[in-house]
Amino acid sequence: MTDRFPPPPANGCANTPVLKERGQHEVFCGLTGIIWLHRKMQDAFFLVVGSRTCAHLLQSAAGVMIFAEPRFATAVLEETDLAGLADAQTELDRVVRDLLARRPDIKQLFLVGSCPSEVIKLDLATAAERMSAEFAPHVRVLNYSGSGIETTFTQGEDACLAAMVPVLPKTDARELLVVGALPDVVEEQARGLLGDMGICPIRWLPETDRLSEVGIGANTVFALTQPFLTETHDALIRRGARPLHAPFPFGEEGTTAWLSAIAREFGVPQETFQAVTERPRARARKAVAQASEALNGRSVFFFPDSQLEIPLARFLTRECGMTALEVGAPFIHRAVMTPDLELLAEGPVIAEGQDVDRQLDRCRAAAPDLTVCGLGLANPLEAEGLTTKWAIELVFSPVHFYEQAGDLAGLFSRPLRRRSLLRVEAAE
Amino acid sequence: MKLTVWTYEGPPHVGAMRVATAMKGLHYVLHAPQGDTYADLLFTMIERRNHRPPVTYTTFQARDLGSDTAYLFKDACQAAYDRFKPQAMIVGASCTAELIQDDPAGLSETMGLPVPVIPLELPSYQRKENYGADETFYRIVRALAKPMARTTHVTANLIGPTALGFRHRDDITEVTALLADMGIGVNVVAPYGASPENIARMGAAHFNVLMYPETAEAAARWMEKELDQPFTKTVPIGVGATRDFVAEVAQITGLAPALDEDRLRLPWYSASVDSTYLTGKRVFLFGDGTHVAAAARIARDEMGFEVVGLGCYNREQARLIRTVAKDFGVPALITDDYLEVERAIEDAAPEMILGTQMERHIGKRLGIPCAVISAPVHVQDFPARYSPQMGIEGANVIFDTWVHPLVMGLEEHLLTMFREDFEFHDEAGASHHGGKAKVRVAVADVEGPAPQTPRDISGPKKQGAETTIEVVWLPAAERELKKIPFFVRGKARRNTESFATERGVSEISVDTLYEAKAHYAR
Ligand code: SF4
Repeated sequence: MTDRFPPPPANGCANTPVLKERGQHEVFCGLTGIIWLHRKMQDAFFLVVGSRTCAHLLQSAAGVMIFAEPRFATAVLEETDLAGLADAQTELDRVVRDLLARRPDIKQLFLVGSCPSEVIKLDLATAAERMSAEFAPHVRVLNYSGSGIETTFTQGEDACLAAMVPVLPKTDARELLVVGALPDVVEEQARGLLGDMGICPIRWLPETDRLSEVGIGANTVFALTQPFLTETHDALIRRGARPLHAPFPFGEEGTTAWLSAIAREFGVPQETFQAVTERPRARARKAVAQASEALNGRSVFFFPDSQLEIPLARFLTRECGMTALEVGAPFIHRAVMTPDLELLAEGPVIAEGQDVDRQLDRCRAAAPDLTVCGLGLANPLEAEGLTTKWAIELVFSPVHFYEQAGDLAGLFSRPLRRRSLLRVEAAE
Repeated sequence: MKLTVWTYEGPPHVGAMRVATAMKGLHYVLHAPQGDTYADLLFTMIERRNHRPPVTYTTFQARDLGSDTAYLFKDACQAAYDRFKPQAMIVGASCTAELIQDDPAGLSETMGLPVPVIPLELPSYQRKENYGADETFYRIVRALAKPMARTTHVTANLIGPTALGFRHRDDITEVTALLADMGIGVNVVAPYGASPENIARMGAAHFNVLMYPETAEAAARWMEKELDQPFTKTVPIGVGATRDFVAEVAQITGLAPALDEDRLRLPWYSASVDSTYLTGKRVFLFGDGTHVAAAARIARDEMGFEVVGLGCYNREQARLIRTVAKDFGVPALITDDYLEVERAIEDAAPEMILGTQMERHIGKRLGIPCAVISAPVHVQDFPARYSPQMGIEGANVIFDTWVHPLVMGLEEHLLTMFREDFEFHDEAGASHHGGKAKVRVAVADVEGPAPQTPRDISGPKKQGAETTIEVVWLPAAERELKKIPFFVRGKARRNTESFATERGVSEISVDTLYEAKAHYAR
C-alpha cells in the first residue's frame, strides 16, 4: 500500500550500531508535557510537587503560549517540608483540598513527581490513593513522575498516559485504541479517515474528558501516534491489549503505512482503503513537494530532544530529499522504532543519549545544512552560521497525518528559506 | 508547601547563571538534573544571546543516585575546565543536588584545578533568583578583588548589571555617560562583560555605582568595608533621581556636579498641555523594589499621576518599599503570589498598571493598560533600539513608554464626552493600538442597551444596526448638531438618540442634545 514510495532501503538503520552517549544532556524534563496535556485533557489539573525550579521550568516553557490561570501549578516544597515527611503529606492534603475547593470543575488530578519529591522519597502513589478515596467519585487522583532524573521531555506524557492505563475499565470489545495527545484538528482528521474505512468505534487515549474514557482488554488493538509512548505501550500490553507496529504517521508515507497497518488488522478492503486515502494522499504529496523544495539535496543533523527524531529523519530523507548526517534520540525503544529505522537508509550516525559538548563538536564538523535542536542551542548555533530548527515546535504544532504533511516539511524549510532571503549580515 | 501558579523569580541558581552568563572567562559547574538545562533558553531565547551560557550541568539521573553522583560532578568539573579553560570557576548545586548533599564545594577543592574555584551555597528552598545573583556576585568579588592603588583619575565601578536584567545593557551606556560628564572614568563594569581578571582590578576604582541593589548590594557593602570604596545609594531612574545621583557622586568624589540636560525632554513633555490628561491618573506599581521605588517618584512628581497602590515581589527590598508606601500613603504589597497581586490590582481599580510582564497579563485580563517597568523579563524587554531606564535618555524613554498604553489628550476628552458609546468608550483602548477593542460590559446601573458582540474598532463599521430610530430631530437641534466637529458628530447623534429613547422622548430639541451631553460627560 505504500506503492508510490521508493522501496525500503536494502540496508536500513535497524541494525546500525548505536552510538551511546552519557554526558551532559541538554533536554527538558518530563514536566514539560504538562504544557500540552493540560490543554488536551480539559477536566484535568496537574499539580507538580517540586521546587521553585520546577515552577520556573513550566513557566519558561509555557510562558510564551498561555497566561491565564492554567490548569497546572506547583506545590513548592519549602524548608519545613524537607524536615519531616509526615508533614509533607499533610501539607499536600491541605494544598489539594484548597485547590479542589477553588476549582470544582476538576475531575482528575495528577500529582506529578519531580526530582526533589523523588529524592526525598515523598510517596505520591499513596497520597493519590488516599485522595482518590477522599474525593471519589467526583475527582480521580493519579500520580506519575515527570522528574528530570527519571524522564526526558516527552516521556512525561508517556508517564502520564501510562498512569491512566491501570485505572481504565475493562472491556472485551474488539476495539481500536489510538494513543497520544494530539491537537484536536489532527485527532479529528484521523478519526475521519479511520471512520471512513468503517472502523468503529475509535477509542482514544487520552480523551478530552474523563467521562468519555473507554475500557481496554484482550481484544483491544492499539496504535501509538507518538514514538515516545513506550511505557504506555508496555502498560497496555500488560492489560492484554495488542500493539500494531508501523512507521509513525508523519508525511504521506508514514501516514499511509500507519493507516494501512490498522486497515489490515480490521480487514478493510483494499479498494476502500484506496478510496479513502487517495485524495488526501495526493494533497499531502503536493504540499510536501512544494514545501520541501528548499530541503531537497540538503543535509540534516538531529540533536536528541523529543524522540520524534527517527521518524522525522525517515520523513525528511524519503519524502523531502534530505540526507541525514546524525540522528540523535534520547532513547530508542526497539519494538516501537524498528519500522521507522528500517525505512531510514543506512548512513547517518544513530545516537542515543547525549554528551552535548561532544555532539556539538560532531555537528560543527559535519556542517549540516539544517540542525534540529533545542531552544538552548538554536541561537548560539545560528550565530556560528548554522541554520537551525527548534525541536520543541515539532511537539507543539499539528504535524501528524496527511493534511499536516506539508506544514511539517514547511517547519523544516522555513529556516532555510529565511536564511536565503536575508541580505543583511549580523554586525557582531 | 506553597501553591504556585506563576513565579516572579526563578530559583537562586538561575541568579547565579545570570551572573555567570553576563561575565566572560568564568565557568559555572552546576550539579543538577537534565531538566534544569531549560534555564539556557532564558538567555539564548529571551535575551537572544548568541552564546550558550557558560554552564556545565552534571545532569545526574535516578540510576546515579547513591552511587556515583559525586564522581559525575568531579568529571564534569574537570571536563569543563579542560574544554573551556576559564580564568575562574564557580560551582554549586541546584535544588535537587542540594538534597543529595554531594558537597560540590568540598569536591572541587580536592581537585586541585589551576584556577580559582569559588563555591556557592545557595539555599534553594529558602531563597530566590535575586538573592542567588547577589550572593554569587558577592562571592566572586570577595574571592578575586583585592585592595590596590587607586587609578590616578577618578574612576568608578558600575556594579549590578547582569544577563537577563531589565534594560541593563543600555543603562550601562547611560550611566557611563553621566559619569563622563563629570570627568569620571569607568574602571570595571561587573558582572556584565567582566572577566575574573577584571574583577581582580576592581579595587582600583575610587567608588562604586550600585546600579541595582537587587544583584550587587552584598558586593557593594563588602567592597565598602574591605576595599574602602563608598557606593552610591541613589539609583538614577527618573529626572529627580538622576539629579540626586549626580549630586551624590559629586559629594563622594569632591568633583563639581555636572549634568548635561540638553537631551532631557521629560519635564517639558510632562508640562506641555497635551499632558494635562495625565493629571491624577490612578496608577498601581508592582515589580522589583528598586524599579518600583524609582517609578513611584516619577509617577507622582514627574508625570502627575496618583499612586493608588504599590509593592514588590522581592522580600529583600521590603523595607524600602514599606518606606515608600508610607510616604505615598498607600499600603505596601510585599508578595510573590501572582494571584494576590491580581486581587490587589482588581481592588485598587487603577487606570494604569506599571508592572512586570506578569502584570501586563493581569492588565490584559482586567482591561487596564500596563507599561512594563521591571524584571522578570520577556523577549520584548530586549528591544533592538537603545532603550535605557537610567539617566537622561532613560527619563525620556520612560515618558514615552508610560504614555504609550494610554489614550491621548483629545481622544480622551472625546471618550469622556461620549463615554457610553459602544465602540468609542474608555475601555476600548487607545486608537493607536491594534487588536480587538473591548466592548463595554453592561453594568446594572448604566441605562440603555449595551452591545453584546465584540467589534473590531479598526474594521468597517455598521452604524445603528441594532437600534431602530423612531426619534425625530427638530431643525434647531439638527443645526446645533452640525456645529459639533464632524469626527464626533456620529457619536453625538447616537448618544443623543439613545438618551432620548431611554426617556421616551420622541422629538430631540437643542435642550435634549445638551441634556444628553451633560448626562454622558463626567
Ligand atoms: S529537572 Fe527535576 S528539579 Fe528540574 S525542573 Fe525538572 S523535575 Fe524540577
